[in-house]
Amino acid sequence: MKTLVWVEHDNASVKDATLSAVTAAAKLGEVHLLVAGSGARGVADAAAQIAGVGKVHLADDAAYEHALAENVAPLIVDLMGHHDAFVVPATTTGKNIAPRVAALLDVAQISDILSVEGDKTFTRPIYAGNAIATVESSDAKLVITVRGTAFAKAEATGGSGVVEDVSGAGDAGLSSFVGAELAKSERPELTSAKIIVSGGRALKDSETFEATILPLADKLGAAVGASRAAVDAGYVPNDYQVGQTGKIVAPEVYIAVGISGAIQHLAGMKDSKTIIAINKDEDAPIFQVADIGLVADLFTAVPELTGKL
Amino acid sequence: MKILVPVKRVIDYNVKPRVKADGTGVDLANVKMSMNPFDEIAVEEAIRLKEAGKAEEIVAISVGPTKAQETLRTALAMGADRAILVETDAEVEPLAVAKILKAIVGEENPGLVILGKQAIDDDSNQTGQMLAALLGRPQGTFASKVEIDGDHVSVTREVDGGLETVRLSLPAIVTTDLRLNEPRYASLPNIMKAKKKQLDVKAPADYGVDIAPRLKTLKVSEPAVRSAGIKVADVDALVAKLKEMGVA
Ligand SMILES: Cc1cc2nc3c(=O)[nH]c(=O)nc-3n(C[C@H](O)[C@H](O)[C@H](O)COP(=O)(O)OP(=O)(O)OC[C@H]3O[C@@H](n4cnc5c(N)ncnc54)[C@H](O)[C@@H]3O)c2cc1C
Ligand SMILES: Nc1ncnc2c1ncn2[C@@H]1O[C@H](COP(=O)(O)O)[C@@H](O)[C@H]1O
Repeated sequence: MKTLVWVEHDNASVKDATLSAVTAAAKLGEVHLLVAGSGARGVADAAAQIAGVGKVHLADDAAYEHALAENVAPLIVDLMGHHDAFVVPATTTGKNIAPRVAALLDVAQISDILSVEGDKTFTRPIYAGNAIATVESSDAKLVITVRGTAFAKAEATGGSGVVEDVSGAGDAGLSSFVGAELAKSERPELTSAKIIVSGGRALKDSETFEATILPLADKLGAAVGASRAAVDAGYVPNDYQVGQTGKIVAPEVYIAVGISGAIQHLAGMKDSKTIIAINKDEDAPIFQVADIGLVADLFTAVPELTGKL
Repeated sequence: MKILVPVKRVIDYNVKPRVKADGTGVDLANVKMSMNPFDEIAVEEAIRLKEAGKAEEIVAISVGPTKAQETLRTALAMGADRAILVETDAEVEPLAVAKILKAIVGEENPGLVILGKQAIDDDSNQTGQMLAALLGRPQGTFASKVEIDGDHVSVTREVDGGLETVRLSLPAIVTTDLRLNEPRYASLPNIMKAKKKQLDVKAPADYGVDIAPRLKTLKVSEPAVRSAGIKVADVDALVAKLKEMGVA
């Protein structure tokens, strides 16, 4: 089987999410990549270094700069003429593009796969991860999004792929990119961090969240996450949200502070290696999944913990 | 402008789903069912656009069993004007739902279709993007802000790195994220009024759509369960644990 993997990038460097998708694709067969972007030759050259990669298709066009689905989907559909599976990291970019491609190919999409069980058989989470479905496709071609935490990352170097230029129709004339407000942070990215400190509704407001959670995260070199309640209340931006409908994380250590543990939150972090919970309610559901629990008022416990580390 | 809002009847988000012992699926017998939360947000957004004078009519659509009429009545009670149930007891995959919606779009000619970004049962996150593809229309997914200006709509999207804004030509497809709005509750008088609103019942065959699944579910199993660990007495004990783990 020949797979085409979407390379997630910002026109400057390859994003880590790509590497898990490559691992998943390699279980199906030959791995080819697509770099669609603008001024993205450097990205293609870097992508060619990923271990196990064959051809790297580079579509360099201003119309592909922001990965608008309307523009890139026809390009992918063309390339799928000679590939059997389109494999995409389950990032917001991937989730935006893949179903558009699947519908144009008239095939079902298999979302968020956790494992490859056979040529056409995969497992995937349903009901916020409270059930795992094993599904078999009957379509001629596959369109798959890959849950990053479920697959090891392929080596970013050591490969010897060959970059080949391709072109597509460019701008479909349906949509345009206006702007972005992207968070700039010195901290590790949530989805690849080894340690995460997350705060919930109990943190009161953004000043309290910052004053309480950030010093602990700094001490541990951790990324910072949040529950939906903390995001909705404006303590932190939307990209901090961990959960069923936010980011899926699986760090070595996940520290949940003032988070109750609703199923939608657990769906995003219950595959973490060690879960630590600090909550003043000893019956909070988070303690049912926590390896280490501390029943305490976070406003005294967290500063004390930060001080003693 | 007319707005179509597809709404799905799903397990209520407060219920913890249980896998059936025979591994064929999730047990939905006697389980509370509700409108998919993202679809409530979609209905709310459509109503706000109508209240702002940007839309004239809101049509709610559901593909599902007879009972999905309740979900449509909820949409009508919130403020949708009429509803269409495409009735089937089969589980319809996103691609087939998108094909049915495409046919309805052909009949209704809406300026906007607002869907949820994801149904909380299948967690697919596909239908809106698929509908946009089948119609050759632009898509604004994971919306946290929707602004109509003339024959365009600006959509602010929740993306992994933060927020992104795109401008789409109308007609367009939008899918909702959690921060778009807070859906209203239907008042009792509106619930009564909703009972009299028009609700048409159709079948997938009326739209010429083959809903045969493309994916076969071989089995549904419980995820690996995590067992509760230990509770530590105080911060010092937690610090000791972290040191043991090599974290601090
Ligand atoms: C469609 C849908 C999607 C959703 N997606 C997500 C998602 O992706 N991610 C997500 O997180 N949620 C999601 N939710 C929301 C979820 O259902 C919960 O509402 C949310 O996770 C609750 O956040 P919380 O734990 O911070 O708040 P709460 O449930 O209010 O919990 C606060 C906790 O803080 C504790 N506390 C209070 N004061 C203190 C103190 N001084 N010291 C110590 N502990 C204290 C309390 O005991 C309590 O356990 C979703 C909901 C829906 C309907
Ligand atoms: N059976 C259905 N009936 C009506 N709308 C649906 C149905 N299935 C999906 N949708 C719509 O598509 C959105 C995304 O669903 P999904 O692609 O299944 O995650 C939902 O939030 C609904 O708006």
